[in-house]
Amino acid sequence: MPELVVRKKMTCIEEILHEGGAIAATPLRRAAVLTVIRNPFAGAYVPNIEGFMDDLKPLGLDMACTLVQALGGDANVVEGYGKGAIVGAAGEIEHGALWHVPGGYAMREVLGGAKAIVPSTKKVGGLGTRLDVPITHINASYVRSHFDAMEVGISDAPRADEILLALVMTTGPRVHARVGGLKASEVKGEDGLR
Amino acid sequence: MKAKIRKIATFVEETQREMDREISPPTRKAAAVAVVENPCAGKYVEDLSELMAIGEELGELLTQRAVAALGIPGHSAESYGKSAAVGENGELEHAAAIRHPKLGTPVRRVLGKGAALIPSSKKRGGLGVVLDIPLGHKDAAFVRSHFDGMEVRLNDAPRANEIMVAVAVTDSGRPLPRVGGLKKNEIKGEDGLR
Repeated sequence: MPELVVRKKMTCIEEILHEGGAIAATPLRRAAVLTVIRNPFAGAYVPNIEGFMDDLKPLGLDMACTLVQALGGDANVVEGYGKGAIVGAAGEIEHGALWHVPGGYAMREVLGGAKAIVPSTKKVGGLGTRLDVPITHINASYVRSHFDAMEVGISDAPRADEILLALVMTTGPRVHARVGGLKASEVKGEDGLR
Repeated sequence: MKAKIRKIATFVEETQREMDREISPPTRKAAAVAVVENPCAGKYVEDLSELMAIGEELGELLTQRAVAALGIPGHSAESYGKSAAVGENGELEHAAAIRHPKLGTPVRRVLGKGAALIPSSKKRGGLGVVLDIPLGHKDAAFVRSHFDGMEVRLNDAPRANEIMVAVAVTDSGRPLPRVGGLKKNEIKGEDGLR
């Protein structure tokens, strides 16, 4: 399969102390790592693309490790995650779907076998396109306090023949979460949902 | 601390390839952004010393965050810049008060030196406004390879009564500089210009 070529990487960390309410004793942190790669399938319809998922696996692991490092190096602080992709103009949405397996499994592996599906989104877009990456609890998708999102993007990416790949991790609930639902303390952690 | 901080974000961009050429070592830029309450919002305030004091605090905090994000000692930084966006109920002069009188001294203290003017930009804007932070060499403003910029944006800032303040630091210039001018190895570093 084609060679993996990286043009640039970006790491963003947000630390949220409050949003009009009391200042959090432990601020919520959200981190995103973005990698801009060449899209080996840009410019033509390529029927067989599946093998590229294997080529992306080492990158997924590297990005997941970068995120844990960005959050201080201890995987145990991570409570939420999400992933996404922006495909440049000469590619198709299906190319973004190549990221589901390598991105998702990499984070689950680095986090010690997280149970919940990694929520995701993707789109085709030009330079500076923003992506709202959805976030849910790593072990139980229904934990309402952890439904969140992080907006990411890079001003000069993706070029037409590139794909921007994103992974996101968070350290806790929304800063003033108070709309009920399943709590993180009530998670059974068996089926990835509750 | 005088500054009432709602959130802090850190961004690191690393460029590994450009026009299919390898950039070795990669060029790296970091920006730290704080979103703070604007104590002067919504009214005309003659004496802006409160904002100047906030600027002094943020100069130190944001420079430390940016340098830490690059993982380098302060004195290894090569270029810098600063920027601010005032929310809708503030005035441009508030951005000037935070940045110009007192923010630079702690920036230079963290970086060890900094003979050159810290290039800056400011604007008023709504949530998600884009800040283009100008960058210039920290010891000699005329180093042409280090004229650059870094875009940062937070989708939820600044709110009407907030100010978003950014400091950017790099360990390098542009990825493939080739437009001549003063080179970094020719710096005298006395007057901040050459």
